[in-house]
Amino acid sequence: MSFYFFLAYFVELNCFKNQLQYTMSKNANIVEKEDVVIRFSGDSGDGMQLTGTQFSNTSALFGNDVSTFPDYPAEIRAPQGTVGGVSGFQLHFGHSEVNTPGDYADVLVAMNPAALKSNIIWAKKGGTIIINEDAFTEKNLVRAGYDFDPIEKYKRDYNFICAPISNLTKEALKDFEMDQKSILRTKNMFALGMVYWLFDRPLCYTEKFFEEKFRKKPQVVEANKLVLRAGFNFAETIEALPMHYKVAPAKIKSGTYRNISGNTATAWGLIAGAEKANLPLFCGSYPITPATEILHELAMRKDLGVKTFQAEDEIAGICTAIGAAFAGNLACTTTSGPGLALKTEASGLAVITELPLVIVNVQRGGPSTGLPTKTEQSDLLQALHGRSGEAPLVVIAASTPSNCFDYAFEASRIALEHMTPVILLTDGFLANGSEPWRIPKMESLPTINVPFATPEDENYLPYNRDPETLVRKWAIPGMKGLEHRIGGLEKMDKTGAVSYVPENHEVMTYLRDDKIKQVAQTIPELKIIGDEDADLLVIGWGGTYGHLYSAIKDIRKEGKKIAFVHFHYLWPLPKNTVELIGKFKKVVVCELNLGQLADHLRVNVPKLECEKFNKIQGQPFTIVELSEKFNQLLEEL
Amino acid sequence: MEQVEYKLTAKDFKSDQENRWCPGCGDHAILNSIQKAMAELDIAREKIAVISGVGCSSRFPYYMNTYGFHSIHGRAAAIASGVKVANPDLAVWQISGDGDAMAIGGNHFIHAIRRNINMNMIIFNNEIYGLTKGQYSPTSPFGAVTKSSPFGTVEQPFHPGELVIGAQGKFFARSIDYNVKLTTDVCVKAAKHKGTSVVEILQNCVIYNDACHAALTDKEEKENRTIVLKHGEPMIFGKEKDKGLILDGMKLKIVTLASGGFTIDDLLVHDAHENNPGIHTMLANMRYPDYPVALGVIRQVSAVTYEESVVNQISKVKQTAKFKSMNDVLFSGNTWEVKDK
Repeated sequence: MSFYFFLAYFVELNCFKNQLQYTMSKNANIVEKEDVVIRFSGDSGDGMQLTGTQFSNTSALFGNDVSTFPDYPAEIRAPQGTVGGVSGFQLHFGHSEVNTPGDYADVLVAMNPAALKSNIIWAKKGGTIIINEDAFTEKNLVRAGYDFDPIEKYKRDYNFICAPISNLTKEALKDFEMDQKSILRTKNMFALGMVYWLFDRPLCYTEKFFEEKFRKKPQVVEANKLVLRAGFNFAETIEALPMHYKVAPAKIKSGTYRNISGNTATAWGLIAGAEKANLPLFCGSYPITPATEILHELAMRKDLGVKTFQAEDEIAGICTAIGAAFAGNLACTTTSGPGLALKTEASGLAVITELPLVIVNVQRGGPSTGLPTKTEQSDLLQALHGRSGEAPLVVIAASTPSNCFDYAFEASRIALEHMTPVILLTDGFLANGSEPWRIPKMESLPTINVPFATPEDENYLPYNRDPETLVRKWAIPGMKGLEHRIGGLEKMDKTGAVSYVPENHEVMTYLRDDKIKQVAQTIPELKIIGDEDADLLVIGWGGTYGHLYSAIKDIRKEGKKIAFVHFHYLWPLPKNTVELIGKFKKVVVCELNLGQLADHLRVNVPKLECEKFNKIQGQPFTIVELSEKFNQLLEEL
Repeated sequence: MEQVEYKLTAKDFKSDQENRWCPGCGDHAILNSIQKAMAELDIAREKIAVISGVGCSSRFPYYMNTYGFHSIHGRAAAIASGVKVANPDLAVWQISGDGDAMAIGGNHFIHAIRRNINMNMIIFNNEIYGLTKGQYSPTSPFGAVTKSSPFGTVEQPFHPGELVIGAQGKFFARSIDYNVKLTTDVCVKAAKHKGTSVVEILQNCVIYNDACHAALTDKEEKENRTIVLKHGEPMIFGKEKDKGLILDGMKLKIVTLASGGFTIDDLLVHDAHENNPGIHTMLANMRYPDYPVALGVIRQVSAVTYEESVVNQISKVKQTAKFKSMNDVLFSGNTWEVKDK
């Protein structure tokens, strides 16, 4: 049926062909490319996140290495057509290793003038821009703040493909008994179909996605599939697109792969931690952007016995988790910066009671409500020091979307084995970004040895410690003979009875501090990436890894020597931190904040002099700006 | 709940910690009452978790030979919620004062009640902040002169029972510290009730708000100024058992039997199990001197508990679940193989 439909459709398409504006050759050439960056942009209701995700998944399933970066506003539906309401999704896929979502896009899809206005800065000069011509009305241009015709102005710098996407979508679905609004909602699939043709991607994965997602709404499935194919065929038919690209599958390590986002990886890492420790997982949490998907993902896993408690506020989120930890679960709470601030007092309670607890902070732009949907690394000092009193805890950070799994697991391990709260820092960029991930088998993960007290522990004292690790034993309520009381008041060494004895307070303060420092004995040492004998050392932490790594790789390709070290453990610091940093003539610490790791290192690495390279725009670094900075520093040496 | 074979006594629940409450504080009597209630309930000590916030009353867990957690100000209800949901086999008792529960912890208090988590919340109401040395609390009467309101408060107090019912509360009882028998009795009933059971205990702060409930403890008059409600029994009170309550239009009215022309059959019969909270709210709100203050179990309605629903949902999902372990989840959905070339 659809074949005949398209025959008819083809004729109609030819009518539209004349309306197309394009600047490139009409012959579609096939070009092999190493890697490509695409950016989809439109109104926040235009479905750009779905479109981008579909392209990423298809490319990953096709065998490319992929990295993605959703860039969306905090408003769910900002006024239509305004720059404030533009939602973007950038993805980078390649034939070889891909470590970032890319700096600038080879192809930009702009569904309206506002999308073009706010995203054209991210398009490569000479790149292709696909626009929905139907949305480029005078009214919409004004709404986007244009007082000139952007296509006329920019057409020398970019290859514009102006497609009447709205009209063609309506035309494609004219026989469907659907209202205009629902019909137009599928126009993102038209754009996706065009881009699929451009990069020679199969449609089947997206078709399958719709079949599964709207199993109970066959009309919606058919409409989306039809529009997707219409876009694909349109691109083929008009021969308007400058190139037909091929990006061959990447050469990557053998194994089973899947695409995963940072938030899903975090949730799964926590469940894996609980499974390895043989404990139930409890998550007490309050929804907050950009951390909420962790709660969603955990709530789905009732099949594995995960208990999620959507609390009345951030404080109740952590407090229910502390209660669950006292009761013997692997407990976690998930949040973002402002939420971590609200959890401050209770995290101190977890420190003094020495209960295992994982606190996930998906960092966003701050202070206060700040930039809820944008990325930043400005909660490091809050995580390290944001509690009353001397309240040390373990702080670790993930570096890529899939690495969130490893560090959520590691956070669980440290919390349980060392009886301490652990703050895991991720960020908006990691949380929403995704990449293909070589799936680990559960058997390959280390076991977690929980220091349980048992009824055989005669004369159990809650604050008796292992002489080496200084870890106390965990007596779970329900166990006969181990009844004890803990709390937020200072406690007597060993017995845990309330104590105001001055010397005891000092003893306990040192014990709690030393216990955390002892964690350094169980974590890996820092490893240098790049040239050990370089003069310049680049230091990073957390979600900037991919950009830093790519910039270092580029610079080494030019034959210059440069070293890079990335911190996953922020407190305690790896054992060789001081020694390693001391080997280099020049050190630059790169962060998406005003230099919080640099300050932290200055306190802990004697006589450290370091440069800071900071960006506070709610956006990740670009490889270009990093390379420029490193080159400048190398020249200054 | 697992029942132990041997009979426990109140003494079994006393810890070896030195009691630091002021001599004459109402808390001592409440501690005795709850230890008696626990003995009567005969639940093994290791199955009990006593959780408190911060304040004088929140020292409570230290004096109990059970599992205990003295947490931070206002958060006891949230922490206790976590304990119960994580391990529904534990008997959870949450101890708070009026400030801990209804000022700094107000949000957790109402939401725990709304969820109907099966635990006992014991609220020691002395209408003052004792541990910080005498500021007004959210239950201090309008105009109360305290250190932080030297010219009298200018704010209306909460009535705990009304707040509990407004938060969808299913169980509310009230007692007075000195009345060990009644406190023990309502605590046993609270513990046996499935769901969040709130017990407000009117408690005297001998230092900062002495005699705040004196009108209700006065030896001569207490029976005229309070009414102990019993499910299924007519609402009768007074030293001579000569007064009762009737419904007069939209409100409760005190009537006198015999001389007033009323008989016992005219009186309201207490129905704690009625789901409609109208009369329960009126009873909980009765204030001296306009009315006798209601004691005993005012409201006790059955409803499904939160943790029960959590457990049921998990077992229901598990029955038809595709995923049995994390490996199943990891390798689910769109995956692809990369082979060595």
